[in-house]
Amino acid sequence: MSNLFSGPGPDAVFAAALAEGRFMLQQCDDCKKHVFYPRVLCPHCGSPKLAWQPASGQGTVYSTTVVRRKPEQGGDYNVALVDLHEGPRMMSRVDGLSPHEVVIGMAVRAKIIDEPKKGKLLVFMPAQGGVA
Amino acid sequence: MKATDLRGKTAIVGVGLGGLPSAPNRSSMEIQTEAVHRALADAGLKPGDVDGLFTGSSHAFMPALSTAEYLGIRPKISDTTMIGGSSFIGHLLPAAMALQYGLCDVALICYGSNQGSGFGKLKSMSEPQTYEAPYDPRHPITSYALAAARHMHQFGTRREDLAEVAVAARRWAQLNPLAFARDDLTIEQVMAARMVNDPLSTLDCCLVTDGGGALVLVRSERAKDFPRPPVYMLGTAMAHWHRQISSMPDLTVTAAAESGPRAFAMAGLTPADVDVVELYDAFTINTILFLEDLGFCAKGEGGAFVRNGRIAPGGNLPVNTNGGGLSCCHPGMYGTFLLIEAVQQLRGEAGARQVDNTHIALCHGNGGVLSSQVTALLGDASTL
Ligand SMILES: [Zn+2]
Repeated sequence: MSNLFSGPGPDAVFAAALAEGRFMLQQCDDCKKHVFYPRVLCPHCGSPKLAWQPASGQGTVYSTTVVRRKPEQGGDYNVALVDLHEGPRMMSRVDGLSPHEVVIGMAVRAKIIDEPKKGKLLVFMPAQGGVA
Repeated sequence: MKATDLRGKTAIVGVGLGGLPSAPNRSSMEIQTEAVHRALADAGLKPGDVDGLFTGSSHAFMPALSTAEYLGIRPKISDTTMIGGSSFIGHLLPAAMALQYGLCDVALICYGSNQGSGFGKLKSMSEPQTYEAPYDPRHPITSYALAAARHMHQFGTRREDLAEVAVAARRWAQLNPLAFARDDLTIEQVMAARMVNDPLSTLDCCLVTDGGGALVLVRSERAKDFPRPPVYMLGTAMAHWHRQISSMPDLTVTAAAESGPRAFAMAGLTPADVDVVELYDAFTINTILFLEDLGFCAKGEGGAFVRNGRIAPGGNLPVNTNGGGLSCCHPGMYGTFLLIEAVQQLRGEAGARQVDNTHIALCHGNGGVLSSQVTALLGDASTL
């Protein structure tokens, strides 16, 4: 249990882990719920006792859209909301298939990639074995 | 002391629009001030009579200071609560409280923007969201597209239903000489429009226009001293559950499901009592979500509800009678225009788009990405 009111804050801890290729989630010691995005207080119960754990990386697409973009600017891309196995939802992108083929309910797994100009980026890939 | 004590205690005695349908080479402050001048003239007042100021802006960091200085007024109380486009309906609450407690005697709610002519696209002071920005969502349409996609998946809502909302708004706009977009529009045209963020096309999106709106409020005991028929605030309630779309608990249920029932409770009314409905239609999905959340139909049935022109002129439920943000105007933040259209309908001065026998109007404001929700019920003197 780290002291969340001193030292690098949860935003910095998350970013540092991601830069090392690790996807970390917080879990509340008091109500046991997982928390994303990283915070210094649990939004479910108000507790400051949030501990870091490796995320399972498993998730399900909750909603998805194709952002239309001209081919010369890089073409269409996906933006999705992914419900993590642990509970929290996050915005991300599903790679490994056409942005038009991403569907709600699709099982996905996290992958940390090197994105040009952005560094490490947490995206999702279709999980083996189909629907969650 | 309870919330229902505010029912009927505040009266809108002046309204004014500015900069419609467009105002090239005019600043946001100039457009806002045109609306303020018209609202004060409507109430038979001068700027110096205003002693409570409630405003918001996409262009000024301290909008109350800028507005008061420009008008040459010295407010005793100002409030610039910023919860997005719903702010100005939200301002009904602090304005009503300030009037009730004698902190001011004449409250002014106002907004103006030259986004259509000045920028040509949506301008926002909104800061990027740390955990969404890396995925390049287009603000705000990506968020609304995600909500629309989820609603379609969960309830079988169709793109045709979204298009029906756009067509109904256009048909109302064709009855409003101040509306920006008045060309004929069909469901087929909306369906064939360029896709921006699936499932939303260009014609599922609100306009980007110039425009300003202003309202003058007083304590109801003085309302009959003013030249125009007063419109009374019967109930207002605010709710917000998230800031960014990834934090919205259920993308098919907005906080209107909370603000609506609280506003109805304050007013002592139900959806069946409402004669005209003004909903913040930043995107076509909004109208469907708010009709459901406010209790005009069951959750999931909004798509079927709007079919066959039900919310268009001549339909069962008049919705967005000025043409809405989709076809009348949308200068960045639309809240004042919802209230002004309701007041014009309740006064019976809405011209070709006037809905007969209008005594109760519902205005619903939305801010952020389905984030803040504010519901207000307004009524004429027969509702007190
Ligand atoms: Zn907790």
